[in-house]
Amino acid sequence: MKRQALLLNLSALLFAICLLAIWQVLSDLHVISPVFFPPPTRALSELVSRLSDGTAYLSIQSTCLRMLFGWLCASFMGVVLGAAIGSSRVARDYLEPTLEFVRPLPASAIIPVAILFFGLTNQMSIAVIAFGAVWPVLLSSVYGFSSIQGRLQEVSAVLGLSRAEFLRKIAIPSATPDILSGVRVSLAISLILAVVTEMQASLPGIGRDIFMAQRSFRSADLYAGLILLGFIGFSINYALVAFEKRALRWRNPYS
Amino acid sequence: MRRLLRASVFPVLVILLWEITSRTGLLQFEYLSRPSDILLAGYSALRDGSILLATWQTFEAALFGLLLAVLVGILTGTMLGLSATTEKVVGPTIEALRPIPAVAFIPLSLLLFGFGLPMEGMVVAYACVWPILIATIGAVRGIEPRLLEVARALELPFAARLWKIILPAALSRINVGIRVAVGFALVVAVTVEIIVNPRGLGYSLILAQQSLRVDLMYAQLLWLCIVGYAINAALRTVKMAQPAIHVGGRL
Repeated sequence: MKRQALLLNLSALLFAICLLAIWQVLSDLHVISPVFFPPPTRALSELVSRLSDGTAYLSIQSTCLRMLFGWLCASFMGVVLGAAIGSSRVARDYLEPTLEFVRPLPASAIIPVAILFFGLTNQMSIAVIAFGAVWPVLLSSVYGFSSIQGRLQEVSAVLGLSRAEFLRKIAIPSATPDILSGVRVSLAISLILAVVTEMQASLPGIGRDIFMAQRSFRSADLYAGLILLGFIGFSINYALVAFEKRALRWRNPYS
Repeated sequence: MRRLLRASVFPVLVILLWEITSRTGLLQFEYLSRPSDILLAGYSALRDGSILLATWQTFEAALFGLLLAVLVGILTGTMLGLSATTEKVVGPTIEALRPIPAVAFIPLSLLLFGFGLPMEGMVVAYACVWPILIATIGAVRGIEPRLLEVARALELPFAARLWKIILPAALSRINVGIRVAVGFALVVAVTVEIIVNPRGLGYSLILAQQSLRVDLMYAQLLWLCIVGYAINAALRTVKMAQPAIHVGGRL
């Protein structure tokens, strides 16, 4: 059984390598234009050289910082607003329809407005990210706080918990799983919007790098940027899933 | 009725306050035009048809991408869902592409196709294919095995097997993925237009901003809200109508 699994993994690796090799050969033989599809080895060597001479780190750093700041703003606003709206029936009745109306607005559509207010600056980028990434957190924390079991509320009434104690001991732990899943979605959105704003406003970062690579037909550079972005996207998702598992260990003690 | 009333309290208050403060000069923002001006700009854009044309251009690209994604997603998903071995071998390669944000493909798509509909459609398709692919793999794997045995016993060719057995049985779950993808399609299309592609709602939005027609910009933003809301509402009714249609697909 174990050998079979190993064999499958090996063949999965082989499959990927074969695809890349076919690409490489076709591109080397000019069957497919190397202007649009440069050989993978060239994209890789471009990536390695940019990593080793340090130019890539600046882009990675600014994209990641942008993403993190926007995401933190969005998460904070989302949880606070969500808790306020979710724990009060009246607030839900009055505010939820407006939120539902604004929510389908593509986050990038707010870019022109943000440019008017902030110019082509980092603040603009953060504002756009915060606006776009707030929705998953907001909605999931509204859901999390409004779906606290009635019995838990009765328990807190019986124990005579104050409002702060109820929030700390019952409401927040019970809403955490929902909030965490919202936070994960909003981190992915933050990365997307960081890249979008970099392209739109020419702010330093991976988004601008790949855009510039396209403008000057350095396609190997473009693919190098794509690989980098894929890697960042993969690692942030991986990190958050791992964190979620750790933070929610109490939910399934037998695993 | 009362719910509608309650729902409108907050927005009406905000709009009134906005209008009053900007008229009395309490709030002097060049970049916040008055709600009345925004409505007027929206009305004139609706009347000369420019906003409708832009909406159609955006829809066109979103639909094109969505159709492509449905086609590719269902075909690939079916193949991966039918055979666990194929999924194990091909899956990781596909999985490696998934974390790359769709917007990162805008420059590549521009390089390959130039400005216009195909370029936008391809980016939309890339974004939309994932939910459909994942839903299809799950749906095909969840098909009652006896149905597939029947197909094998009847020696149906692959196309017939797909059309007569697999799709009807898996459609209700594939639909979940498609619904998610519909939501993505509009967002991605507008984003592509805002960044590079000179057509559609996103472009007219950025054009209004660059020519300092702030009222028109807000009007278009409002219009986008309405369109998005309408699509969401339509999707919700489809969801409610669904079970009646798909009872026939079950064993």
